[in-house]
Amino acid sequence: MLCDECSKHKATVHLTEIINDQVTKLNLCESCAKKRGTQMEQHFGIADLLQGLADQDKPKASTAVQKVKCAACGMTFDEFKKIGRLRCARCYETFKTSLVPLLKRIHSANEHAGKTPPGQPEKPPAAPTAPPPPPRPATKSAPVNLDELKVRLKKAVDQERYEEAVALRDEIRRLESRKKPAA
Amino acid sequence: MSIRNLLGQTSEWLRGTGPNADIVMSSRIRLARNLDALAFSHWASKRQEREVLTRSEAAFAASKILKGSILIHMNDISDLDKQFLLERHLVSREQIVRPEFKAVAISDREMISIMVNEEDHLRSQVMQSGFALQEGWRIANQLDNELSVTLPFAFDPHWGYLTACPTNTGTGMRASVMLHLPALVMTKQVNRVIQAITKLGMVVRGLYGEGTDAEGNLFQVSNQITLGQSEPETIDHIERIIRQIIGHEENARKQLIKQNRELLYDKIWRALGVLKNAYIITSKETIHHLSMVRLGADLGVLPEFGRKDVNELFILTQPAHLQRMDGKLLSQSERDIKRALLIRQKLGGN
Ligand SMILES: [Zn+2]
Ligand SMILES: [Zn+2]
Repeated sequence: MLCDECSKHKATVHLTEIINDQVTKLNLCESCAKKRGTQMEQHFGIADLLQGLADQDKPKASTAVQKVKCAACGMTFDEFKKIGRLRCARCYETFKTSLVPLLKRIHSANEHAGKTPPGQPEKPPAAPTAPPPPPRPATKSAPVNLDELKVRLKKAVDQERYEEAVALRDEIRRLESRKKPAA
Repeated sequence: MSIRNLLGQTSEWLRGTGPNADIVMSSRIRLARNLDALAFSHWASKRQEREVLTRSEAAFAASKILKGSILIHMNDISDLDKQFLLERHLVSREQIVRPEFKAVAISDREMISIMVNEEDHLRSQVMQSGFALQEGWRIANQLDNELSVTLPFAFDPHWGYLTACPTNTGTGMRASVMLHLPALVMTKQVNRVIQAITKLGMVVRGLYGEGTDAEGNLFQVSNQITLGQSEPETIDHIERIIRQIIGHEENARKQLIKQNRELLYDKIWRALGVLKNAYIITSKETIHHLSMVRLGADLGVLPEFGRKDVNELFILTQPAHLQRMDGKLLSQSERDIKRALLIRQKLGGN
């Protein structure tokens, strides 16, 4: 087989590229593969990692794991392995057992150490299964007035008090949804 | 402001000022974010994509930091304008392929841009001149906090921000710098440097062209890891590495002046000679010579040229910019003539 790129040398590197969900097979000679080196790493890295992961898992991987479908988007782990992209935020929970080793391989870590969106609890809850407590509305005892809350929200945003703003936003939403029950 | 006004202004990141601007051309912070409860971009239905766009637009309109920015729907602009935004580093290649429901918000002076419905729902970037990653993070973080008020982002306490590709999970942040390393290339040390920083968890790529054949001696270095490190830690790590590269490049420049002055001056003056006198010039040849002229300007060999003017020429001589300036589509040979004319005018040539 000759190289897809130069059609001169023997293709020794065989790759599967994923661009915009399209899977393309590429057969390259050593020098053309090298030329594309860094460019490809980004695309191929994941597919290779996933391949390695799948092989490693083979002996113990039950078909049950492979059959698991994300309840929100319907993606199966097999599909994820092929494309290397998740379809929705829920997929993270659905494929947790498989994602933990994958993320560990990519990042050498499994625990987020960066920022938390304003209004969310800073530290991960002690019990991972417990849902995070809802942010406390900043208006506990004050009379509940939608217009007033909106004014305060705008003021909080203007003054860059984002934590408070998020709490106010949630409170406004809660009140609004109570006003007009399920459409 | 509209897309038409962009042509007449200098992007923030090309100003040629800021710390170490002789070697660090620009710094960029990019954050990947997704709206909770909606499928990631590639998988979203049309209805969901529209929802992402509508809600983002409302959030941008309410933003203080984005005051005075413009929003461009990728579907509304010509292919030439898409290319134009790409050349200015305001959108990615991916953003211009399937334009439906895709958009980009661009702040005053082009310091901030936010792509909507790229691989992730939002990809915001702060791009500045010189070595300014911490300042970039400060602005990006502030913008992100502001947008978080109106847009609930997909976030997990253990995994951080949830992104379409697991390589971005966690902070969703890429911090990158664009480096001009002509002396390391000339002294054949650049390969060693690239190998070393790759081992330290950084990704290196040529800005124009790949690997060590990087045209114009321009290299982009960015972090690979987004999980298990805080944003300031990631920035601190990349800053330490970049400071070392700056040191190596400075040494290589000194070494060239001391040991190979004639060779160095010859390359610089020849490059200027070509640019000032050419009547037909390709984009590739332009970038190659501009790199030498920029080095000459930085070393004080060509004191009459400001760094900003040279920086700008890297972008102004790109195909879509030339055609936008002319207001019409040009063939490749027409562009090569137009490009040479523009460079002669800007550098005071024949
Ligand atoms: Zn080949
Ligand atoms: Zn899913």
